[in-house]
Amino acid sequence: MEVEWPGRWNHLKKILERNGPFAHPDFEPSSENLSFVKDVCKILVIGAGGLGCELLKDLAYMGFRDIHVIDMDTIDVSNLNRQFLFRAKDVGKAKAEVASAFINARVPGCKVTPHFAKIQDFDESFYRGFHIVVCGLDSIIARRWINGMLISLLQYENGELDQSSLIPMVDGGTEGFKGNARVILPGVSACVECTLGFYPPQVNFPLCTIAHTPRLPEHCIEFVRILLWPKEEPFGAGKPIDGDDPQHIKWILQKSQERANEYNISGVNYRLTQGVVKRIMPAVASTNAVISAACATEVFKLATSCYVPLNNYMNFNDTSGVYTYTFQAEKLDDCLVCSLKPQTLTFTETDKLQDIISHLQESPSYQMKSPGITTCVDGKNKTLYMQTVKSIEVKTRDNLKKTLKELGLTTGQEVYVADVTTPVSLTFRLQLGSSMDNS
Amino acid sequence: MIKLFSLKQQKKDGEGTPEKGKRASAAQLRIQKDINELNLPKTCQVDFPDPDDLLNFKVVISPDEEFYRGGRFVFSFKVGQGYPHDPPKVKCETMVYHPNIDLEGNVCLNILREDWKPVLTINSIVYGLQYLFLEPNPEDPLNKEAAEVLQTNRRLFEQNVAKSMRGGHIGNVYFERCLK
Repeated sequence: MEVEWPGRWNHLKKILERNGPFAHPDFEPSSENLSFVKDVCKILVIGAGGLGCELLKDLAYMGFRDIHVIDMDTIDVSNLNRQFLFRAKDVGKAKAEVASAFINARVPGCKVTPHFAKIQDFDESFYRGFHIVVCGLDSIIARRWINGMLISLLQYENGELDQSSLIPMVDGGTEGFKGNARVILPGVSACVECTLGFYPPQVNFPLCTIAHTPRLPEHCIEFVRILLWPKEEPFGAGKPIDGDDPQHIKWILQKSQERANEYNISGVNYRLTQGVVKRIMPAVASTNAVISAACATEVFKLATSCYVPLNNYMNFNDTSGVYTYTFQAEKLDDCLVCSLKPQTLTFTETDKLQDIISHLQESPSYQMKSPGITTCVDGKNKTLYMQTVKSIEVKTRDNLKKTLKELGLTTGQEVYVADVTTPVSLTFRLQLGSSMDNS
Repeated sequence: MIKLFSLKQQKKDGEGTPEKGKRASAAQLRIQKDINELNLPKTCQVDFPDPDDLLNFKVVISPDEEFYRGGRFVFSFKVGQGYPHDPPKVKCETMVYHPNIDLEGNVCLNILREDWKPVLTINSIVYGLQYLFLEPNPEDPLNKEAAEVLQTNRRLFEQNVAKSMRGGHIGNVYFERCLK
């Protein structure tokens, strides 16, 4: 396949090889800018669904040629109307793999690497390998996870951020005719956790309405989902509802209709039932296209510095007319995640947990009252000690006398300390010398 | 403004040693803070069957006044990775004759569902639950029968509560003894 042809990059060259009045103050026009985009810059796209298909197409056509994509999902027939990298024959196959193959065949020179996996399957060393991460996700939990991951990659030297450890995150989100695009510079600008209140809360009806005074078809479906299912356990004890299992939806539909009839409510049907159970938001192809274009533009700006990036949150709404608004979401000083700069605690392997606690209480820089300490080993959380809750205190008391080695703590291990004296938990990285070095 | 030019270096693949699962989630950090700062009256106790698992625990409420004085009511809390965007799932494990708690243990408390906000904490929920025992609300019933009795005959409601807590039948429903 022919990869270069005359004029292929002309449009990009006009932006990257010439200066202009609106260019970023640090921008230096040069042919290196284009070669960075084409040959060096490594982009991670998270999600190969509605936004992901758009993002892959946009980024590939913009000249990015080393793109990785992660998606844990397989293709469903209901995706085909807008996820245009997929065809009917692809139903059931991995989204990441089909999307990558499509782009690689279509855009000469572009190499998309698929990962049919969960984002949680990869560790720091994987994410550290990218210049920019772009997200097209439909889950707040996944956003919070990748946000926390990118923040944990930050390195500080004497309290100063080492900028080479910073990986910008461009995040897109859509819901019907509304969408948003934002740029997160981890540790520098507002992160996902700083703005957790921005996400619309899940629609939850009051339980008493569902139980006794239903007025909407949704109330009837929620009645069956929340109250009737756990009581009747129609498909066996403890079996949770699977929104993709037609048997389950049919059962819920039938019971919901019975209830709707009882209260003279109309409008319960299969589509609504599945929509309520799976909390489906209708997806609009054009919204995805707009938000993806905005995100891809930000990626390009960040990668080349040809223009000042979005600062930092753009809302888009075309329910009636077209409306966009950009504002600067504020970084929280006491953000649970991005305000944390891990501090080093230096001890020896034979020091005991009590020594750490005494240090946190007595050291003039902490003066904590009753620090609760946890850690996370091999993905499992472990409470080392917590004085304020009696049932935990009793069960963790013995840890106080154990040495750090006995507790399985090693150099580099993070411990999290909560105390009334600090607005958020503090993160500490342990630096353990053997007792011999302690002289 | 930040200079992102320092980012223009070749990134290396698979650098460093794998460190999978060495980091606590945001939900975990937040719940740790919530738990460490629980500040409960002596009528409320919190119990962690597994101290390493701060996401699953029980809260025991033993009211010392009003209808439910002397009773002991156990609630299970399940906190998900969506916390605090999503509220914890709370169920009452003790069978209780109460207008806002049904016989399956579902609890009708606004901050557990429609009025949940991420600024609320586990502490707020426990106070909310305790309040339900001091001021049962017949306006928003989950147990309709109990609510009707409370609205029409306060004395009978009081007797029914006392009877159910001693262990006994109210109508054809049997309540197990839950006195302290």
